[in-house]
Amino acid sequence: MAEGILEIDDNTFETEVLNSEKPVLVDFWAPWCGPCRAIAPLLEDLAGTMGDKIKFVKCNVDENPVTPGKYEIRSIPTLILFKDSKVFEQIVGMVSKAKLEETINKMF
Amino acid sequence: MEKADYDLVIIGGGPAGLTAGLYAARARMKVILLEMITPGGQILVTDWIENYPGFPEGISGAELVQRMTDQTKRFELPIESTEVSSLDFSKPVKQINLSDGGKLLTHTIIIATGASPKKLGVPGEEKFSGRGVSFCGTCDGPFFKDRVIAAVGGGDTAVQESQFLTKFARKVYLIHRRDELRAEKILQERAFANEKIELVWDSVVTEIDGLTNVEKVTVKNVKTNETKNLAVDGCFIWIGTHPNADFLGDEIQQETNGFIITDTNMTTSVSGVFAAGDIRDTPIRQIATAVGDAVIAVASAENYLESL
Repeated sequence: MAEGILEIDDNTFETEVLNSEKPVLVDFWAPWCGPCRAIAPLLEDLAGTMGDKIKFVKCNVDENPVTPGKYEIRSIPTLILFKDSKVFEQIVGMVSKAKLEETINKMF
Repeated sequence: MEKADYDLVIIGGGPAGLTAGLYAARARMKVILLEMITPGGQILVTDWIENYPGFPEGISGAELVQRMTDQTKRFELPIESTEVSSLDFSKPVKQINLSDGGKLLTHTIIIATGASPKKLGVPGEEKFSGRGVSFCGTCDGPFFKDRVIAAVGGGDTAVQESQFLTKFARKVYLIHRRDELRAEKILQERAFANEKIELVWDSVVTEIDGLTNVEKVTVKNVKTNETKNLAVDGCFIWIGTHPNADFLGDEIQQETNGFIITDTNMTTSVSGVFAAGDIRDTPIRQIATAVGDAVIAVASAENYLESL
């Protein structure tokens, strides 16, 4: 793994995501969510192969209510791609690695 | 026998696919399982499974998937994360075309791609997807603490998941188009005894609306044609499934609803191609039946290989 996935919280969201120089993929997840756990290995893989281009972070919505509230998240897994502090794309539900790669590549 | 990469390729990694993989690996077949996302399928979103034998206290869907996957690993089943785009049966050795451009040659195929939740097809459903419209109670239920939810459907999933939602929600309207439920009797009894569940009989949802999030659903009584609005914060939809069959060509015979027709040996209309689990045209779609289908399908695949 080149970069790995950084765990962020409500306090570090601004610094790590909104102020990031690189685009960021935020994985909003919770321990109770089966599909979230299921796509976790896929995100680890992508963090390994695409970690130089884009930062991968995850946010536990169970412990951090503010950030998911701000982005009106009512469904997880939700993946949000941020570019220049703005939401570039929001993906709700399970997604294949190929589809996610394709979406990420649209940013460049 | 002509050359192929595999004896058997299993497409789909839910309970049917994993079981087929387990049996094929133990039969020492040259096998691979192709899964588009990650093993599990629909049981990943199942809160609690009480009708799969061997787990007297019940088991969560996620844990059952983990156990099934671990069991296949013990017998070294290769599982690859890849998407199948089409199947080519023009030669005796079948060709599987992958979305990434790859090709696999195999003597037999078990199609176990399962089914996905059916959508209502009403205004607002797409717009509010992830904004209150959901198909997964275990994932999204906790976002609806002390709120009001509309749940749509009358089968096992709808009734069981509505029950689950009452752990969080203040109230759940269970909206069903008929005047009785199809769910297991024990599930019905629990729903009727649950004060937080209000049944809305003979009714269909015709619209989901709100500003940024779901705020109401419009419900029409199919007997009286009366419509009314229910103020809700979420709408969970469990009205059955449609088959994940987009990659199938014309050669594999399907019912008009898309489910694959097989004989009792799980053989499809193409010799050497079998189907198992929810993708199959079958009266019952349970984990237990998917698992049973898979065992028969592997035995049939072995018989086919021997006949070559």
